[in-house]
Amino acid sequence: MTIRGSKKLWTGCAVGLVWFLILLWPMLGIKPEGFEFAATFQVFGYVAVAAVFVLFFYQVKEAGYLDAAGKPIQSAAGLIQRAYAKTPTWVLLGATLAVAIVFPLVTGRYAHDVAISVLIYICLGLGLNVVVGLAGLLDLGYIAFYGVGAYTYALLSLNFGFSFWLCLPIAGLLAAIAGCIIGYPTLRMRGDYLAIVTLGFGEIVRLILNNWMALTNGPNGILGIPRPELFGFDFRSLASLYYVILAIAVVTVLSVYRLNYSRIGRAWEAIREDETAAELMGVNTFLLKLLAYAMGATFAGFAGAFFAARMRFVGPESFSFLESAMVLSMVVLGGMGSIPGVILGVLALVALPEVFREFELYRMLVFGGVMTLMMLVRPAGIWPAKRVGRRSEEME
Amino acid sequence: MVDNQPILELRNVVSAYGRIKALKGISLKVYPGEIVTIIGANGAGKSTTLMTICNIVKAIEGDVFYKGERINGVGSDILPTLGLCQVPEGRRIFPRLTVMENLDMGAFFRTDSAGVKEDVERVFELFPKLRERRRQLGGTLSGGEQQMLAMARALMSRPTVLLLDEPSMGLAPLLVQQIFDIVRMINGQGVTVVLVEQNANLALQCASRGYVLETGSVVMEDAADKLLANPDIRKAYLGE
Ligand SMILES: Nc1ncnc2c1ncn2[C@@H]1O[C@H](COP(=O)(O)OP(=O)(O)O)[C@@H](O)[C@H]1O
Ligand SMILES: [Mg+2]
Repeated sequence: MTIRGSKKLWTGCAVGLVWFLILLWPMLGIKPEGFEFAATFQVFGYVAVAAVFVLFFYQVKEAGYLDAAGKPIQSAAGLIQRAYAKTPTWVLLGATLAVAIVFPLVTGRYAHDVAISVLIYICLGLGLNVVVGLAGLLDLGYIAFYGVGAYTYALLSLNFGFSFWLCLPIAGLLAAIAGCIIGYPTLRMRGDYLAIVTLGFGEIVRLILNNWMALTNGPNGILGIPRPELFGFDFRSLASLYYVILAIAVVTVLSVYRLNYSRIGRAWEAIREDETAAELMGVNTFLLKLLAYAMGATFAGFAGAFFAARMRFVGPESFSFLESAMVLSMVVLGGMGSIPGVILGVLALVALPEVFREFELYRMLVFGGVMTLMMLVRPAGIWPAKRVGRRSEEME
Repeated sequence: MVDNQPILELRNVVSAYGRIKALKGISLKVYPGEIVTIIGANGAGKSTTLMTICNIVKAIEGDVFYKGERINGVGSDILPTLGLCQVPEGRRIFPRLTVMENLDMGAFFRTDSAGVKEDVERVFELFPKLRERRRQLGGTLSGGEQQMLAMARALMSRPTVLLLDEPSMGLAPLLVQQIFDIVRMINGQGVTVVLVEQNANLALQCASRGYVLETGSVVMEDAADKLLANPDIRKAYLGE
């Protein structure tokens, strides 16, 4: 690297650090008791040292001093990639499923809890992926359907004694209907307007849950929701519940996979790419967009019903905008339109905050930093959708 | 010349964007098997005419007839199934779908997979470049290739009438010539073509009849060779 290049790099780093300090201080230093600097400089110190270290490492690497160490790593990565490409898909899928099935047998309660979370978000992420990734409709109120599913099971089981397995399809259906109700008036909108209106709808659903005391018990939520039961077997342990959501997630993955490679999936993609052109090619954009909302909502409805059964409690604060944003982040981070991508995005965003629990206060800060870095390094997501010519091959 | 019933006819069609009228009562006729061109300056309403035929822009007055039936209220997505297909201005292919998938989208409503396969071969013969690139994403094609893909995609619907909106836009002269040759070839295979163009010279050489549009009205209609010879037209649209 030239002297000039290196100078530019370090100047950039210095400017970045100054900006960081300016942003950091108001967050950490302004307290009700007055201004404080110690905490700010402590955190800033860590970050500055880390930045200098990373930059130094980068320069050494650029200068080629690490080639001796880098070569084996690179060839190993290549080897893994080639091995991955060579292994048949069913072996990979089988192995993944086997790991998922064995997982609760070899881990403890905490791991079960996190794994259940991951699987719920996989259902949500894949459902939202149908709407955002395939049909290209930016939906910021997606979590509302999750809420509809959760309250459906809560109310039907408590008031009418319906079983979980009966409520599951009902929750999906009601969520789909909610999807159509929300989808219908927004069908003529595009882009930014759509985002704002869906955001509004999401909030409306939350407000209804929060304020309709007679039905939803308002902000206190609904307590004592029964657990699932099957032929006298009570899904009491977390491990058994894990298998329930694993089954729902597998069904979701399979359905989304089928949709992805179907005629409908392609029509959704065409709508995402250019709605008018799709219409000119004979795609009924009205019906298909409505279908995208309904399908996406259905998966959220399933996940919601399970969520209510697992927590044995539902309250409106579980369905806030932050949750919608979270699911959307998972889809975008993982790679829109790609099933493995969404799954990796979920893993990253559920697991990372757990890993960063040590950082306590700065957890969200670190989280934001990692997200930003990810989008800079891999703007198309961790595992971008790459199915170039997939369907065409099948046609030939 | 052609003395049977028009396959496509507009009668006093008015359409508007909001309060601004873009078409102020357009009437035109297209007979089976011919190439009709619509020429006019930028903003004359050529694209709006095609979009109104396809019901993307709604006609607020007047009638559009296709094969003798009024199609004003017929959904845009139904028209390709009736054999009326448009290649919109600016190509508008699906950039993140492969060439092959773009072609499949052209045949979206068709259920005869054997016929679709046959037609894929047919358009590949017409556009050999697309065969080479069939696994590539549409958005990675060059401008000329994208225009070919847009036309090929429309042909996949086996159109009776093909509406082409400025196929030569933004292309190098050699490619423009090639595109017009292909338009002639498509017409030779029995497809009626409505060709909207700003390149009046080439369009009129290609077409049998022409309409001249000015600020939403038809100001002249005639045989293409007569329009080509018309001194007013030569002055206004052929840059003489
Ligand atoms: N989407 C639109 N919204 C509002 N006005 C439009 C729109 N599209 C075209 N127009 C107006 O309609 C008139 C005709 O446009 P157009 O049909 O695109 O012309 P041409 O294709 O002949 O260049 C122009 O005055 C243009 O400004
Ligand atoms: Mg135009």
